[in-house]
Amino acid sequence: MASRQEIALMSHLMRRAGFGAARDEIERYCEIGYEETVEMLLDPQSQPPVDDYTLYRYHPIVEVPGGASAPGQANWLYWMVTTQRPLEEKMALFWHHVFATGNSKVDNCNHLLEQIQMFRDCGMGNYRDLLIRLAKNPAMIYWLDNNENHKHAPNENWGRELLELFSLGVGHYTETDVFECSRAFTGWTIDAKMPRYPYGRHPWKFSYRPEDHDHTEKTFLGHTGNFDGEDIIDIVLQQPACPRFITRHMYNFFVADEPQVPAWSIEEPRNPEAIESLSQTLVDNGYDIEPVLRQLFNSDFFKEAQYQKVKSPAEVVVATLRLTKDMTGPDPRLEALGKEPGYMGQDILDPPSVEGWHTGREWINSGSLVKRVNFVSDRVSDAELPGVRSMLDYVASNGSAMSPEELVDRCLDIMGPMEVDERTHGELVSHVSSGGDIHVASDDFEERATQTFALIASTREYQFG
Amino acid sequence: MAVGNGNGKPPVLVILQLTGGNDYFNTVIPYNDEHYFDSRPSLQIPQDRVLKLDDDLGFHPAMGPMKDIYASGDMAVIHGIGYANSPRSHFRSMDIWHTCEPDKVGTEGWLGRALRELDPNGANPVTGVNIGQALPRALVAPGVSVASVADLSTYGLLTSIEQQQQRDQMLTRFANMYGPAVGTGQVMEYLGQTGLDALKGADILKVAPDKYESSVEYGATPIAKKLRDIAQIHTADVGTRVFYSDHGSFDTHAAQATTHAKLWQDVSEAVQDFWDDLREHDAHENVVMFMFSEFGRRVRDNGSGTDHGAAGVGFAIGPRVRGGMYSEYPETRPEALEQGDLVPNQDYRGVYTTILEDHLQLEAAPIVNGSFEAPKYLRTNGH
Repeated sequence: MASRQEIALMSHLMRRAGFGAARDEIERYCEIGYEETVEMLLDPQSQPPVDDYTLYRYHPIVEVPGGASAPGQANWLYWMVTTQRPLEEKMALFWHHVFATGNSKVDNCNHLLEQIQMFRDCGMGNYRDLLIRLAKNPAMIYWLDNNENHKHAPNENWGRELLELFSLGVGHYTETDVFECSRAFTGWTIDAKMPRYPYGRHPWKFSYRPEDHDHTEKTFLGHTGNFDGEDIIDIVLQQPACPRFITRHMYNFFVADEPQVPAWSIEEPRNPEAIESLSQTLVDNGYDIEPVLRQLFNSDFFKEAQYQKVKSPAEVVVATLRLTKDMTGPDPRLEALGKEPGYMGQDILDPPSVEGWHTGREWINSGSLVKRVNFVSDRVSDAELPGVRSMLDYVASNGSAMSPEELVDRCLDIMGPMEVDERTHGELVSHVSSGGDIHVASDDFEERATQTFALIASTREYQFG
Repeated sequence: MAVGNGNGKPPVLVILQLTGGNDYFNTVIPYNDEHYFDSRPSLQIPQDRVLKLDDDLGFHPAMGPMKDIYASGDMAVIHGIGYANSPRSHFRSMDIWHTCEPDKVGTEGWLGRALRELDPNGANPVTGVNIGQALPRALVAPGVSVASVADLSTYGLLTSIEQQQQRDQMLTRFANMYGPAVGTGQVMEYLGQTGLDALKGADILKVAPDKYESSVEYGATPIAKKLRDIAQIHTADVGTRVFYSDHGSFDTHAAQATTHAKLWQDVSEAVQDFWDDLREHDAHENVVMFMFSEFGRRVRDNGSGTDHGAAGVGFAIGPRVRGGMYSEYPETRPEALEQGDLVPNQDYRGVYTTILEDHLQLEAAPIVNGSFEAPKYLRTNGH
């Protein structure tokens, strides 16, 4: 039987490297062991993939190409909620935060989903490979206008964001570098989109057009030559800023909240040693991501960072659906549920701009807090849900009668395990106490326990994961 | 509390942010300028389609309702807004507009600081209201609470608890748990304040949709819905002094011709409906609306769109505005451009200064971090 500490650590790993897990699952992982569980997460192929045949059979709408975001959001939500490869899916979300591409402009959700699938396939692979695939990804090309980047009329949108947001960060290149970088990607385009009417939408494919590529010399970050896009990426990878930028993103996403990205050129990382060490691993392994993740999840700084991150809206929604088993497969509410992260400030597949979302405490404002609290409390207070039934069974398994403190502590245990501050604890206990003694067999037990779940979901502490 | 304007009520500010970088050159068009036609081979608006404001300048053809407001004398067009050394990055540029800190990354917003002056004790959690999903940095300042409302019609906490008595008890516990706690850390303290404000703000705002009646029919666009939510809250008289909303994306690198027209059509119509609505409720006299974008766009088009630029245009609207043109249209000669962009000649902080001093009646310097030339586009009391 695993100790509370082991359960807490494993729950932490599953919240960060996935979307949380129910208690029975956590106990199984504890039997396997921590490092072995990390290895299993790093080897998604060892687990079955999402059954997308079932998804498309019951929800054909989610593969219809189109400009609306909702079907695509429903599609990805289904993957996140039903996946048995949690880290693979979490890495797709990670890269979506970094390489933020939005349907507000792409207007072709199926192409965004294709990009997300690329993140699933390559998200733990090699970063160079990923950047090259990204530069050839039709949704990205259209999003950052590389299809409008011509030999005689360079468009610097992709060139700039590749350097500012996808690899180096502000301060590590000049305006000239942006321009030269853009020239190197001229001719990297997508096949002409046929007119939408009257024929309907046509799939985009990457296409290289040598006649539209600028074959003349470029000077980029101190190097001169007739560079193509791949050469540019190779030069970018030689910059010391590059591994630091990427591992800082990983730290921010998996370990603890960093300041917002635009401040990175000014503010030091909260743990510079960790960033240095992860960067070294990234470079030593030729920019393979997997060894960095292995080091990160097994590090003390990761294990000590429990509840030091404000949960993103996608994490709130997916973890709650998984915990309560409110959605476990095809579901008539799928499309409505897919919109929920957006109501909390994170429209998946539609970030506000190429800079992605402001994270950490900026997830929270009085509007989003209301949405978060309501979404979770709606579900954990519903005793009909199978996941909530299991939670109630766990709470009730402590004996036929219990004190208000015991009820609160059992509830905190099964919802985390989580620690709350003294005052929060006092208020939870007072609320339970006001209903008198607790008997597991009495009619009001379920209601009192689920109300306690709801009240815990509304706490400040619960906003962290 | 500040002295009233016009209808005896305290001044109210409505900010409408045009997110993504609005193309100034094709918004206010110098329709006799050869450089305009030379540098816009793909995106030029023919002279006869420009909505002429005077002998030199006119609006984009999709801005009909904006032209009507200009003709009524209630609109100031403020030219060449921006700041030196534009970084041409959306994120950074928007931060600069929001924080008034062009040289370092600021975390406090100018309107957050203004709200702290307007409501120093944070007595009313809806003194500032953002209509939108995410709170803009402009409204953020320590100790300042702003209600952020994605949808006015469904605003409230723990709504799943059906029994009202139980829910009230739980909301009391919620209030106690979120109460001020020293030494719990910045983020926890921020969360505590946010929770209390959400609770109180929801109680105040829930009355607005019920009280509201109007004959104005807004369009079915996102910006129309946002401005209608603002009208509902404003006419409910709950003490809101600063409203914030945004529309976009104006980031028209490609296919600009159709996108830019649609954006301006939606914005122009919604703005007109909003003012009609306020006038119907006799709630317009004390309101100033200010519209801005984080930067203008490159002078030369790229074949189907325009890249990030520098100088932009701002619009101030309301009965208190002295209609007309302010500052000057930046020089368009190729040799007068910087990196191919129009050069700003009106610091945005000067434009804020006018709003703060002549409308909200606050000392501007500490809010905008300095003294800047302030165009006099607002009537001061009695003038």
